Amino acid sequence: MSRLDARVVVRRAAFSLDVALSAEPGEVLAVLGPNGAGKSTLLGVLAGLLRPDAGHVRVGDVTVADPGSGVHVAPHQRGVGLLAQQALLFPHLSAVGNVAFGPRAHGVPRREAERRARELLAAVDATELADRRPAGMSGGQQQRVALARALAPGPGLLLLDEPLAALDVDATPAMRSLLRRVIRDAKQTALLVTHSALDALVLADRVVVLTGGRVVEQGSTRDVLGRPRSPFTARIAGLDLVPGTACPEGLRTADGTVVSGLRGGEALGPADGEPAVAVFPPAAVAVFADRPRGSPRNVLHVRLAAIEPHGDVVRLRAGAVPGGPGWVDGLAADVTPAAVADLAAEPGAELWFAVKATEVGIHAASR
Amino acid sequence: MTEAPRDASARRSDEHETGVGLPRLLWVPATLAFALIALPVLGLVLRADWPRVPALLLSEAALDALRLSLLTAGISTALCIVLGGPLAVVLARGRLRGLRLLRSVVLLPLVLPPVVGGLALLFLLGRTGLLGRGLDVAFGVTIPFTTAAVVLAQTFVALPFLVVSLEGSLRTAGRRYEAVAATLGASPGLAFRRVTVPLVLPGLASGTVLAFARCLGEFGATIAFAGSLQGTTRTLPLLVYLERETDVDAAVALSLLLVVVAVAVIAVARPRTIEVER
Amino acid sequence: MAAAAVAGLLVLAGCGGGATNGAAAGGSSAAPEDRTLTVFAAASLTESFGELEKQFETGNPGVDVVLNYGGSSDLAQQIVNGAPVDVFASASDSTMKAVSDAGLVDGTPAVLAKNVLQIATVPGNPKGIASFADLAKPGLKVVVCAPQVPCGAAAGKIETATGVTLRPVSEEPDVKSVLGKVTSGDADAGLVYVTDVASAGDKVQGVGFAEAAQAPTTYPIAVITDAPQTELARSFVNMVTGEPGQKVLGAAGFGAP
Repeated sequence: MSRLDARVVVRRAAFSLDVALSAEPGEVLAVLGPNGAGKSTLLGVLAGLLRPDAGHVRVGDVTVADPGSGVHVAPHQRGVGLLAQQALLFPHLSAVGNVAFGPRAHGVPRREAERRARELLAAVDATELADRRPAGMSGGQQQRVALARALAPGPGLLLLDEPLAALDVDATPAMRSLLRRVIRDAKQTALLVTHSALDALVLADRVVVLTGGRVVEQGSTRDVLGRPRSPFTARIAGLDLVPGTACPEGLRTADGTVVSGLRGGEALGPADGEPAVAVFPPAAVAVFADRPRGSPRNVLHVRLAAIEPHGDVVRLRAGAVPGGPGWVDGLAADVTPAAVADLAAEPGAELWFAVKATEVGIHAASR
Repeated sequence: MTEAPRDASARRSDEHETGVGLPRLLWVPATLAFALIALPVLGLVLRADWPRVPALLLSEAALDALRLSLLTAGISTALCIVLGGPLAVVLARGRLRGLRLLRSVVLLPLVLPPVVGGLALLFLLGRTGLLGRGLDVAFGVTIPFTTAAVVLAQTFVALPFLVVSLEGSLRTAGRRYEAVAATLGASPGLAFRRVTVPLVLPGLASGTVLAFARCLGEFGATIAFAGSLQGTTRTLPLLVYLERETDVDAAVALSLLLVVVAVAVIAVARPRTIEVER
Repeated sequence: MAAAAVAGLLVLAGCGGGATNGAAAGGSSAAPEDRTLTVFAAASLTESFGELEKQFETGNPGVDVVLNYGGSSDLAQQIVNGAPVDVFASASDSTMKAVSDAGLVDGTPAVLAKNVLQIATVPGNPKGIASFADLAKPGLKVVVCAPQVPCGAAAGKIETATGVTLRPVSEEPDVKSVLGKVTSGDADAGLVYVTDVASAGDKVQGVGFAEAAQAPTTYPIAVITDAPQTELARSFVNMVTGEPGQKVLGAAGFGAP
């Protein structure tokens, strides 16, 4: 629950990183960027495993790195935790032993440390794993224990280094919502490095986009991903987002429109009335010149704002129709060039976007 | 939650597993290799004068040699751990310049004939040796012909076995776990004790067994540096060599004793890194 | 690949064991002048037999004497296990007996020389060792041969005869090892053969003692049964035991038989 304030400058022969970022106490900041953007270097500097050439890193009131005045606090004295792609649980310790490791290292008596470890294991739904060794756990189970372990010492800042990237597809949604719940409950200040727009959307309050060692975009997650301004963001985001609150059918927008969608299982999705976002890929959107009839789809009335060539397909950007809801602004539909010809659509034309409920995911969202 | 646990039992092979098979041609040299190791030992077993074996093994000379061998090999192995362990850590984790050169020096005893090692020890620690002369003059201590000389000779030849095997497992374990321990608040010392050491324990165990076995079999360096005297410096291999002069049956019986001890060491310790992982 | 490896091993084995064999066979079938005589001799005979080899080859043109030196019991075991040998010169009666017990001695072994023990001290004899009894002085580092080998057996006999009990710091497996411990300076004195002291030159100092004569070591020599070169072998044995041989052996410090 500490504030993060950092400016990190690292100069290497073929690469330089110069990034300023901050996160308020309890805020989750996502760092997105292509490979080689400098994300790992940034994490290394924040964790204390790398020394920056210039800048500063402050966690709470403590300056943990400041090359200008020669400050470099060792990784173990920083109070910066790490959850990486690989769980890296200590193979010789049980789950409880792993989670109690941090508190023990801080001098907490064994009994107390283990009590706290069991509490945290319960918080990550891993009570039944308490006495197992990592070798007897699945990848998803290991990652849950690793999360408990990273939280156990009560780090001022938690670094999440693509925490879902190495998991089986089946295990990812559960872990994603668990991460969200646990980090929110703990009001943990965190920095999430990821490739996935969905991860950022679900977990982060704000997004920083890094390319070539520089910040190219930043802002609230929905703004950055909903209206991508850099090619990288456009590529990875490339998703249609509709904000609202969760309702039994899916999501209700501020103006009362209901978007039907899948909530990803009772336990995982947002509760009714909670802030949520409906997410679907532009390729799943069908476009009609007239309102389609008798279909169970979500049908949205839009005005064509722009036509963008997008590789083999054409991306149609929506704008609001006069008097209609503003949230359709920016929605995209990917269609074939032939379809565009059939529609004879030009910017300014009114169209209908249709998307099946099974293509729409409803996710809990921040604020 | 519903994923299958990555339990060891799940990976254990069962009789239905066929694998991808082996090229048949491999069996010929493999069989020859096995025969080359197993048949001479079998020859030893067949050659033994079994009715006399108990008496030969219970002779005072044999019991003294066995006792001395176990004692010196034990002490030498402990020395290998105490000295070689930290050396392996330095070699695996150190950032000194010239580390590669250092490593090749450490490997020398693996390559050198042991008798050369014994002579080298003699020229260093013998009564007229580089250090030995000083020890004699300053403290009146001479090392050759003592049990300590046997221990030094064994440690000399066995040290690389422990260092190499431990260094290997330190490299395999990598620094990632140590980095995780640091982010959890563990100081480098604590991370080493609570994380690194337990991680490399299997490597340490196999290195220890190898070193102990090498100590037990040591001959050349011992005879050259320590001499041969019953109860003081005459270990089992030295007694085997001597008995061969007059009583081949005794030499064979003692050789079998060494085989039994060696098999017992391997069976009891069962170092995981030596055993094939299934 | 495996077959090649095995073939290679067999070739190597053929080279090691059959060099003399092949040459001898070639010699007898071709010109009678080209012959090889194989002699196994105790290591302590190295210098003397080297000299005798030259003399014998000069006296018998076309004959190549191949000498193989080693510990007597090692050589005896090789002969018993079928090494192709014409002559065996041993440093002990017991090893020669092992060969004759195997039925491999042609006739009766002859004695070619006697050797006696001498004390070898570091040069200058700083501990002032003058007699066998001096070796029992406390604080002295004495090295002897183990009782299992001939030089150790001889030392034991002298101990019994004189009533002097030695407390050696080491009982070495052969006499050259004893000498080595003295030349390196790690032992104050060692019991070796008088011929070893002679061959060591100024690296050690010899101290003779009268009691040595009570335990002489005899060196038997014999022609091996079915020797590839029986006639040459007999002629070599005659030379060694005859005047030319005795002259060379005497110069090396050996006693007459």
